[in-house]
Amino acid sequence: MIAMRDVWGEKLVELGGIDPRTVVLDGDLANSTKADRFAKAHPSRFFQMGIAEQNLIGVASGLAAIGYVPWTSSFTVFFTHRAVDPIRMLVAQSHANVKIVGSYSGLLIGAVGKTHLDIEDLAIMRAMPDIAVLVPADKVELLAMMDWAQAHDGPVYLRVVRDAVPDILDPGYAFVPGAVYPLRTGTDIALVSTGPQTGRVLAAHDQLAADGISATVVHVPSLKPLDENALRAVLQGHRLVVTTEEHSIYGGLGGLVAEVLTATGPAPRIERIGVNDTWGESASDDFLLNKHGLSPEKITARVRGLLDLAVPG
Amino acid sequence: MTTNAGASDKQPDLGSLAQQARWQVVKTVTGSKAGHIGGPLSMMDLLVCLYFGELNIRPEEAHWADRDRFILSKGHAAIGLYSVLALRGFLPVEELATFDKGDSRLQGHPDQTRLAGLDASTGSLGQGLSVGVGMALGAHLGGKDFHTWVMLGDGEIQEGMVWEAVQVAARYKLDNLTAIVDRNGLQQFGLPSSDETTRTDRGDRRDPWFGVDLAAVFQAFGWRVLEIDGHDYGQIQAAYGLARAGDFTGRPTVIIAHTVKGKGLSLAEGVHTWHSIVPSAEDFERARHELEPDELELLDSHVHRVQTGASA
Repeated sequence: MIAMRDVWGEKLVELGGIDPRTVVLDGDLANSTKADRFAKAHPSRFFQMGIAEQNLIGVASGLAAIGYVPWTSSFTVFFTHRAVDPIRMLVAQSHANVKIVGSYSGLLIGAVGKTHLDIEDLAIMRAMPDIAVLVPADKVELLAMMDWAQAHDGPVYLRVVRDAVPDILDPGYAFVPGAVYPLRTGTDIALVSTGPQTGRVLAAHDQLAADGISATVVHVPSLKPLDENALRAVLQGHRLVVTTEEHSIYGGLGGLVAEVLTATGPAPRIERIGVNDTWGESASDDFLLNKHGLSPEKITARVRGLLDLAVPG
Repeated sequence: MTTNAGASDKQPDLGSLAQQARWQVVKTVTGSKAGHIGGPLSMMDLLVCLYFGELNIRPEEAHWADRDRFILSKGHAAIGLYSVLALRGFLPVEELATFDKGDSRLQGHPDQTRLAGLDASTGSLGQGLSVGVGMALGAHLGGKDFHTWVMLGDGEIQEGMVWEAVQVAARYKLDNLTAIVDRNGLQQFGLPSSDETTRTDRGDRRDPWFGVDLAAVFQAFGWRVLEIDGHDYGQIQAAYGLARAGDFTGRPTVIIAHTVKGKGLSLAEGVHTWHSIVPSAEDFERARHELEPDELELLDSHVHRVQTGASA
């Protein structure tokens, strides 16, 4: 399996070869994010901005204003927090054709601690008008989103994780902004997820099936734009909807699903699994997934508890 | 087709244009009951010299790809830029009356998605120079010879992001980038002067960079520094010429232009409370007396617009 950052770095090289408008701006992390591949392949179109992410975003906006397609390289946290004001005014409000890629997103980015674990980015970015917020589940989806973003004339926020993740989507997958993707169809409950968390949700689905619980699995890769009617349609008829995400339970996918389902009348119970109003910490992937209820086993146990079907003793 | 005012046969009367633009600022802010006055007036001579003589732009083709770029980083001075854009033919002068009103192209801070002629949206301070760096980088990359100009306030450059951009501009040898610092020595509230007043005090307020040699700071960051009187048209035009010609070592240029906040309106000159204010009826009449152009001057400016191909 190939790490998602490597997928991103290699695809950037390809886009740079196809489209001479492609430029990359790095915040001194290119060897981590793998934007260094682009620096080697297209050196004149790689700009090292140093450890100064606000300026990086502003420079990207200026390059976009004269016709280039800038992609940014740093950790998620340094864009959506450090540089949130320039992202807001110079990218989203300016409708600048900038592709903001926070790689090292979510919970699984090595033992770095709460400073680097960005569990608020989706809430922040989703609140901004006029910028697409995309969260790819696997290699296939990341590549499709990058092709779409390159062709799309407008701001995009793309949440890329660091490591390899299991392939879950067919190679023939077509990314449609705003679309929701039902991956399993069940009757009892619905599990909704985004990003690589969808892979863990599919594993939870299988464990639940072994217990006789029929779960629908819905993958939501585009938090903005979103086809709200499509989301309501695929979740209709389920008495319990469980959202899971590598993010705070506030304002991300869970918040989005709650907003959409409660907007049109009586809604099912909605259980949001994610980081529950606390900070991250330095720890192994397994530790963090278990602590925040995101591993397949933890999801399964939570659902059983909710359905009052816990296996006795 | 002439592409800028300086190329026309008739040299514009810069003093008259600046006075007209200052009058539009005061009139518009009074009418809209919102906006800023001190900052637009301090930078007005600098702006008029840019738009009537220096910038290579086409009002009739605002999105012309090879135009010079201008970014008003101190976006709260928007009405000053709108007034000059109107006199230069980018919008009807009458449209200034819509300033700060709903659905207007003339927002309280510049919104480039609404008005052609604006090269960046600004308002949150300290961000415009970064956009200028991007445009200048892109011009070098694409082999374009347009020049990028960024107007900064001296209070504004307290923002740290400015100095991120300053570092990068020097590292990439952006001699096609010029920053202009409107050095009026006053910010919105600022530090009150102490009992021991100094030559950098402005009225009862102390200079935002009291005790700091700004020229030396920019020089140390690798910039070429030109320091001028920002109300002296000869000095302004000479500095612009040097800036456009570039620097043989590739340094970006900063023009530190010493100005008077509220310049041209005696009530407002050097008074920090005129940063953002709606003039009283009495003050407005005094401003009219000092600034309102006579009919002959207005006729001259109309002729000028026709000659430069601008639409009224």
